[in-house]
Amino acid sequence: MGGSLILQTAARALLPLLLLLSVFLLLRGHDEPGGGFIAGLVASSAFALYVFAYDAATSRRLLTVDSRTMMGVGLLLGALAGLPAMFRGEAYLAAQWWDVSLGPISLNTPLIFDIGVYLVVIGTVMTIVFALAEAEEN
Amino acid sequence: MEPVLAIVVGVLFAAAIYLILRRSLVKLVIGLILLSNAANLLIFTVSGFTRAAPPLVPEGLEQPVGAVADPLPQALILTAIVISFGVLAFAVVLIHRAYEVVGHDDLDQMKDTDT
Amino acid sequence: MLIAVLSGFIVAALAPWVFRLAGGRTGWVLGLLPAALTVYFATWVPQIAAGDPEVIVYPWIPGLDINMSFLVDGLSLLFALLISLIGTFIVIYAGGYLAGHRDLPRFYVVILAFMASMLGLVLADNLIAMFVFWELTSITSYLLIGFSHEEEKSRKCALQGLLVTVAGGLALLAGLILLATVAGSYEFSEILAGESLGEHSAYGGILLLILLGTFTKSAQVPFHFWLPNAMAAPTPVSAYLHSATMVKAGVYLMARLHPTLGDTNAWLITLGLIGAITMFTGTVMAVRSTEIKRVLAYSTVMALGTLTMLLGIGTEGAIIAMIAFLLAHSLYKGALFLVAGALDHETGTKDITKMGGLARAMPWTMVFASIAALSLAGIPPLFGFVAKELMFEAALGAAWLAPVLTVLAVASAMLVVAIAGIVAIRPFHGPRKATPKEPHEASWAMLLGPIVLGSLGLAFGLVPVLADSLFVQAGVAAVYGEEVDFYLSLWHGINLPLLLSLVSLAGGIFIYLNWDGVRERLARTSVIDRFGMERGYDKAMRGLERLADWQTRVLQNGYMRNYLYTILIATVVLVGYTLFGRYGLAPPLTAVDGLPHELLIAALLVVAAVFVASTHSRLGAVASLGIVGFSVALIYVLFSAPDLGITQVLIETLTVILLVLVLFRLPDFVDFSSTRDRLRDLVVGGLVGLTFFFLVLFAIDVQYFDPISQYFVEESVPGGKGRNIVNVILVDFRALDTLGEIYVLALAAIGVYAMVKLRAEDRH
Repeated sequence: MGGSLILQTAARALLPLLLLLSVFLLLRGHDEPGGGFIAGLVASSAFALYVFAYDAATSRRLLTVDSRTMMGVGLLLGALAGLPAMFRGEAYLAAQWWDVSLGPISLNTPLIFDIGVYLVVIGTVMTIVFALAEAEEN
Repeated sequence: MEPVLAIVVGVLFAAAIYLILRRSLVKLVIGLILLSNAANLLIFTVSGFTRAAPPLVPEGLEQPVGAVADPLPQALILTAIVISFGVLAFAVVLIHRAYEVVGHDDLDQMKDTDT
Repeated sequence: MLIAVLSGFIVAALAPWVFRLAGGRTGWVLGLLPAALTVYFATWVPQIAAGDPEVIVYPWIPGLDINMSFLVDGLSLLFALLISLIGTFIVIYAGGYLAGHRDLPRFYVVILAFMASMLGLVLADNLIAMFVFWELTSITSYLLIGFSHEEEKSRKCALQGLLVTVAGGLALLAGLILLATVAGSYEFSEILAGESLGEHSAYGGILLLILLGTFTKSAQVPFHFWLPNAMAAPTPVSAYLHSATMVKAGVYLMARLHPTLGDTNAWLITLGLIGAITMFTGTVMAVRSTEIKRVLAYSTVMALGTLTMLLGIGTEGAIIAMIAFLLAHSLYKGALFLVAGALDHETGTKDITKMGGLARAMPWTMVFASIAALSLAGIPPLFGFVAKELMFEAALGAAWLAPVLTVLAVASAMLVVAIAGIVAIRPFHGPRKATPKEPHEASWAMLLGPIVLGSLGLAFGLVPVLADSLFVQAGVAAVYGEEVDFYLSLWHGINLPLLLSLVSLAGGIFIYLNWDGVRERLARTSVIDRFGMERGYDKAMRGLERLADWQTRVLQNGYMRNYLYTILIATVVLVGYTLFGRYGLAPPLTAVDGLPHELLIAALLVVAAVFVASTHSRLGAVASLGIVGFSVALIYVLFSAPDLGITQVLIETLTVILLVLVLFRLPDFVDFSSTRDRLRDLVVGGLVGLTFFFLVLFAIDVQYFDPISQYFVEESVPGGKGRNIVNVILVDFRALDTLGEIYVLALAAIGVYAMVKLRAEDRH
């Protein structure tokens, strides 16, 4: 596709910032506005911008993981996040918390679930954008 | 404020339906986008408006201070927005594909099951 | 118990692998399952014979009162034993009968699943669980009847059986729910423990609906026509369907509900009369046929009619007769069907008139065919005789219609004697006739069933007390509703039933000797077929096709606009009717308290929406679409929904990208419509807009239920450990919904991917 030099520079500068922002939104989402959906959309906008500035192949390389795999992993995480509750005899997807924390972030199933949502959103949007952009480029 | 938004919702629905009823494929897509906005806004309006009281609990407290906006419709709409994007993408690509196959963007020409 | 019932399904799923390993011996291997089940159910006999029924409950959907509960009493245990015992022989037999058949593994799968469904049906204590198994038997029997699916006749017969039984099943479901509502419980055990419903105002409805289900399933007149057609199935299936199992499901259910529904005149007359008519029709039709399986099928119709009639009579004696007859019939009919299969397999024809003198070639088949046939004819010392005596006695003792029932019973018995001769004497004796295949003795796999079943009939006949103490007592107690003191015996002394027996025997022998003449004379009555139910069925099917054809042409006319009009106008009318019907024309107008900037955004939205709809420029439309999206985002933010605002802005951005990627490859805006069309659509759009305008106005004020949001607000931090309530709802309280939603999202992406990539492949 290939955009102007300005767009390319902007995309390169914005991508890390937007990705950082998306992780930030994801992790704080349980307490402040944010969460998996929003964070996923921010990250995918960043990559989509990159697709416009450069092309689909470059962006694919940047993403490193295939977008469809990402989608699959996200769905798996979301589904698996429900299992620990069943081992404790509670209903599927009932939230579980563990006493493990990494700084301000603690380990719990809602977080795992939200990360799953995050990955699915990025995977979905990027699968669509890549497919369409590649069709355009051909 | 709700009655005003009721008018807005009504106009959005009317415009969306009018566009969807057109024979041009492109207008159909635009009508769809308008329709999902209208539907989301309808749910949001019906749940009632609250100014400057988002459904957040201040740090250190168990419960929010005073009345806050209803969080449930917001959760509903949030996923609805994202899903309608997915469905829109699907519809757009489907329509584009149909256009390629039929070679026409007039819906009235698309009444056969054979291509 | 749960394992016992469900094991059939599990083994069914594994059957193809077993077949791959065991090859030709699969029948013997898989036969171990029903054999083991027979032993398992046999271990219950002492407890049940001692008069101690048991209910076993496994929670399934407790919230809806639906449990996987099982009721083991005399009736269900008798059925369970017959199902698993005969099932054992069928599975083994199939290995011989269908040896080398391409679809044999599929046969094992379906027959085992059928057996499991049948066990579930008779053992279930919960009405809904029973109904689920009931429908499963209909479906598996459809697959069995249509086993030779390459033949059109086979498919047609299977479909007929399915439609008739499933249509009845639908009525049955309604009847069962009505019954449960009236009786206040979904468990048989509790309904039976309650009072009889004969006096209840809903009784007529319950009876009618349930009988529709049971009569179709058990092939009672006028629904009897599907059963002989089901003979398209391979013989092991016919044996299984028509001896112990599916067709008796209806009889089982009527017997099961007899204590609750059975003490009215309506019950007596319907069951007694229809049963007797079915019994007589079955025998006449049987004598008319020459195909051995059809003869047996019609004689099964006779048996089902007899059982229904006995249930209808409902006296102590009738119930005893019914249980005894049920046992006797299952044993001899199973054996006879297996013999019929062996004959067909060995000679290559099903036509009795073409068989003769086979005794020398197939001595063992002949011996056990004769034993079973003697039981069928009701000749001492076979168990069938005991049952027949009891049947006459019951018919004589009926509270109503005793003369009619007795005459029909004797006439039927005569014909049954003839039938016994037709199937067991005619093929084996007399001059040897040339058959398509050179016959020789059937294999062990095919003989085992007739040997055991025939011998059991003989054993129970010689020592009736055996059948009596083990099965009949407990069965009668379950159907009659209380313990009954009696004992079965072979010899009752010289009395009226014995006399009737002799009369029927003499008449039967006479008919048998003149069978060819009788058959020809009866064949002339085939005119009545033209007005029968089968014709009705055919007509109904053709009508259905025409209706489907017509409505497709009218409704599916290919113009999307017309589909939309239908949906939209229906919405406007239904919503509008409800709104104005309930709230009148005056919506509750609250004061408009909008702040200036809010009103400005609202105005902007309206203008942008109208512009989108009316512009001729594609770019203009997309741009004002953006204005709409961002204005909506602003409204979310202004009214305390920050998460929504952020999401909306991001999606707006992505939507623009999407439109740029695809939409601009489509042609520019073109006006196809005339001004008249546009005006019409404007009216429709306006009506819809108006409807939703009023809907919003009314809905703001309406509160039918307490909102559940308060719970989420209060529990967000204590229960969900999160301060953003919206997010806590999404990932914790309602996480299952969200899980579903992300799956939808992924599906949409896969759809897009597939469509784009498929196109790429087309080009190459």
